[in-house]
Amino acid sequence: MMIKKDVIIIGGGAAGLAAATACRRLGIEDLLIIERETTLGGILKQCIHDGFGLIKFKQSYTGPEYAQKYIDQVEELKIPYLLDSMVIDLSADRVLTVANKEGLHKFQTRAVILAMGCRERTRGALSIPGNRPAGIYTAGVAQNLINIHNYMIGKEIVILGSGDIGLIMARRLTLEGAKVKMVLEILPYGSGLPRNFNQCLFDYDIPLYLRHTVVNIKGDKRLQSVTIAEVDEQGRALPQTLKEIPCDTLLLSVGLIPENELSQLAGITLDPVTGGAMVDEFGQTNIPGIFTCGNALQVHDIVDNVSLEGEQIASGVAKYLSIGLSKKIDLSVQAGEGIRYVLPQRLHYLEDTIFSFRVQRPGHHQTLVFKTNQHLIKKKTFLQVNPAEMIRIKLSAQELAGLSNLKVELEL
Amino acid sequence: MIYEIPNRKFDLIIIGAGVIGCSIARQLSRYKIKVTVLEKNSDVGWGSSGRNSGVIHAGFNNKPGTLMANYCVLGNQSFAQIAQELNLPYKKIGKLVVAKKEKEVKELKRLKKQGETNGVKNLEIIEASEIKKMEPNLQGVAALYSPETAITSPYHYTISLAENARQNGVQFFLNTPVQGIERIKPDKFIVITPYASFQANYLINCAGVYSDQIAGLVGINAYRIYPCRGEYFILDKKASSLIQHLIYPVPHPEEGGLGIHLTPTIDGNVLIGPSNEYIEDKEDYSVTRKVLDKLYQKAQEFLPVISSRYFIANYAGIRAKQSPPEQGGFQDFLIEENPTVPNMINLIGIESPGLTAAQPIAEQVVAMIDQKEGLSSNPDFNPYHPGILRFAEQDEETKRRLIKEDSDYGEIICRCEQVTKKEILQAIDNPLAARSLISIKYRSRAMMGRCQGGYCLTRIMELLKERYDFKPEDFLLKGPESPLLVGYRSKGVNNDD
Ligand SMILES: Cc1cc2nc3c(=O)[nH]c(=O)nc-3n(C[C@H](O)[C@H](O)[C@H](O)COP(=O)(O)OP(=O)(O)OC[C@H]3O[C@@H](n4cnc5c(N)ncnc54)[C@H](O)[C@@H]3O)c2cc1C
Ligand SMILES: Cc1cc2nc3c(=O)[nH]c(=O)nc-3n(C[C@H](O)[C@H](O)[C@H](O)COP(=O)(O)OP(=O)(O)OC[C@H]3O[C@@H](n4cnc5c(N)ncnc54)[C@H](O)[C@@H]3O)c2cc1C
Repeated sequence: MMIKKDVIIIGGGAAGLAAATACRRLGIEDLLIIERETTLGGILKQCIHDGFGLIKFKQSYTGPEYAQKYIDQVEELKIPYLLDSMVIDLSADRVLTVANKEGLHKFQTRAVILAMGCRERTRGALSIPGNRPAGIYTAGVAQNLINIHNYMIGKEIVILGSGDIGLIMARRLTLEGAKVKMVLEILPYGSGLPRNFNQCLFDYDIPLYLRHTVVNIKGDKRLQSVTIAEVDEQGRALPQTLKEIPCDTLLLSVGLIPENELSQLAGITLDPVTGGAMVDEFGQTNIPGIFTCGNALQVHDIVDNVSLEGEQIASGVAKYLSIGLSKKIDLSVQAGEGIRYVLPQRLHYLEDTIFSFRVQRPGHHQTLVFKTNQHLIKKKTFLQVNPAEMIRIKLSAQELAGLSNLKVELEL
Repeated sequence: MIYEIPNRKFDLIIIGAGVIGCSIARQLSRYKIKVTVLEKNSDVGWGSSGRNSGVIHAGFNNKPGTLMANYCVLGNQSFAQIAQELNLPYKKIGKLVVAKKEKEVKELKRLKKQGETNGVKNLEIIEASEIKKMEPNLQGVAALYSPETAITSPYHYTISLAENARQNGVQFFLNTPVQGIERIKPDKFIVITPYASFQANYLINCAGVYSDQIAGLVGINAYRIYPCRGEYFILDKKASSLIQHLIYPVPHPEEGGLGIHLTPTIDGNVLIGPSNEYIEDKEDYSVTRKVLDKLYQKAQEFLPVISSRYFIANYAGIRAKQSPPEQGGFQDFLIEENPTVPNMINLIGIESPGLTAAQPIAEQVVAMIDQKEGLSSNPDFNPYHPGILRFAEQDEETKRRLIKEDSDYGEIICRCEQVTKKEILQAIDNPLAARSLISIKYRSRAMMGRCQGGYCLTRIMELLKERYDFKPEDFLLKGPESPLLVGYRSKGVNNDD
């Protein structure tokens, strides 16, 4: 039995909730959010620190508070949602298979919004040598165990990677009475937001070692120590700098990867740099009618941008359903000098478009330029750029008219 | 000498619950004999039996006339039946030994001939063009193709043997390291462990890398085991489309391994490894940067398309070798009753192809006991162990029916491997009562996928708490001294600002 829908949103985190509410406000009646957890809200539920909402609401909320603002809207707008339900298959013709306690369900939908969030990179992906004892956690799992389940995971902690979740957890663990011995970062600069270094490490006298990594893990049963080393330009350990640090816990905060197993089942083309789908200005993937936003598309630094992105794609979904999206142009967008990636990767509709991207390295007084061939289209100077911070810039339809190619780069 | 009064009496004690000990246990449970297995770890199969390539070898690598050759061929040819009885995943995917240079072709021919002498069926030498057809990503001048070579899940196999033996009456004592053995009569042994002693008329020593030390406990000093480590990379399932067969280089027997190879696993991942390195410590399962880099390089020589993007985990296993480092190579299995200590059977140097050969080895050991004791068969023996039904592998109709019958099938706990609550609960409630996270992982496949438990670990912990009222200190990764947690967090702190 096939259940028909106009729009199904996979994932009830910040992105899915923002997309759903925006879709409803644009008049889409027949939509459904499918969420595998027991409540809506996604990863925000375990982020009990504050600092969420500064852009969107000009006010600082905790993660659960921020999520609640959207959950309230979902309730007000009477948007239906299925909880405890996992989408286990998605086909290119937009048939979803969903498993829950009531059974296995099939949905045929006109449009899909992929908002599955992301997962954490693990030790295996880094292939850190050594033993495999208890006491090695990714930062997000540690956050979940502590904040949601009220457990304590260790006493003497080393954190590898300076991503935001790791920084937040450094503070959290310190406040819970653990000794956070150090945070190690293999790059010559931190990968989290500057404010988090100040508020979570320096305020608590937790040392940050740049250009350092873990080269060995000891302990057969529970972690006993890690061996750390300084690294050279290529990230190789310098043998004369090896040092053994006794600890019972190693926290990994070494990156997030967009969750795209379903996208691959449907045959969606992924961008090897972002790990998310290749999209056009409406967040539509190479498969018509399948859209994506949030951490499933690209890993975001702050949730406000996730919400904005979710809201943005709704207009494309609404158009797709009402009049259809017909391509006017086919323009590819390139990341040039100093830019790690840029989204959307392709433009088709000559619309006002918000581009989001990240720089490759931190820098001061950098000028960002949008160019076509050698012509300048737009230029903006930043006092500071940082790979940790996503940059969003809008170009109008006018600015985009008549281009045959488009490149974003930092001016040297 | 004073020891605890023997409080547990058995006819026979098996020391070590690897694939060998568990096969012997199951084979003995076909007869009326009171058997127990003593294992130092918190579960079965944590020695080399759970840390190998999972290949059911055809038997062309071993010298004709050796136990290794005979048992390997027998084991390969009878594996389908065991797989059926124990409901094991098992696939004859075939193996290619690939010659990269013209001068290696001679060795392929020698292997083929050796295999045929051993009784291996359907061996074939194929040309470069044929290789390309079978494995488009691969290059070689010729290859030996062995269609009988198969793969299985080695830990699944060991666990199923043990659980089936348990259901047929064998007792298992986990967390029970053998520390001493007293012979109170020529045919009566008392086996001493930290918490209890056990008495029996027969002893089977299949303690893997420690089998020499176990023999030493009764004064047999004739054996010596040299631990030799093999390290592996595990690749994401996405790499599984790259190869269809087991891909081996032409072996250089003096190395004492079969060379670094690419092995599709039964679960759909790909292994790169194992390396081959004599080490000091018999339980140093750590992996090293040096070897990992070498594995990666070797794998790329074979298959340039392999990249580090595919890495999800790594591990190491340790071979129990009789040949010392300066000699290398393979020495035949030694399965004997040492003349100085009758009624104790020692299994020494059960290295590769020990997984393949486990069943014939078990039959041999039971035949030795039978000859002395005259065993009568156990009418209640049930060879079947259906194990845990994998939801993810069922067709849609079956999935629907399963959820209808039990709604726990509708709750997916591990997203990467699509393992349901029902399967996790079955894994938690296993007949051996092994409840470490690793035990649950090996039985259910939860936490084995690309996120390595990022999603499901906390959910599985919740189930343990609901079901067995676990306190923080009860959550163990792999037995005592491997706690996941140090307690509850300090109360009341709900916001850190
Ligand atoms: C651990 C962590 C800490 C963070 N901390 C901060 C912070 O301090 N400040 C800040 O501003 N930002 C923070 N962020 C960033 C920001 O909060 C997140 O990027 C944002 O909440 C992500 O929203 P999302 O909807 O894209 O993903 P998620 O919140 O992860 O939501 C995805 C949802 O999809 C569901 N789902 C996935 N697959 C399926 C499926 N197959 N079927 C059904 N449901 C599915 C998931 O259960 C989940 O609920 C953090 C992010 C993470 C990961
Ligand atoms: C890297 C590698 C790859 C391999 N690949 C293959 C392959 O592809 N195909 C194949 O056929 N074979 C393969 N093998 C060989 C195969 O794994 C072994 O032959 C087989 O697992 C040996 O089983 P076992 O029961 O003798 O040893 P183990 O599995 O090591 O079991 C011995 C058990 O004894 C226990 N023990 C030790 N001391 C004590 C004590 N004092 N008290 C109580 N218990 C004790 C240990 O904890 C352990 O559980 C490989 C081996 C290695 C190392």
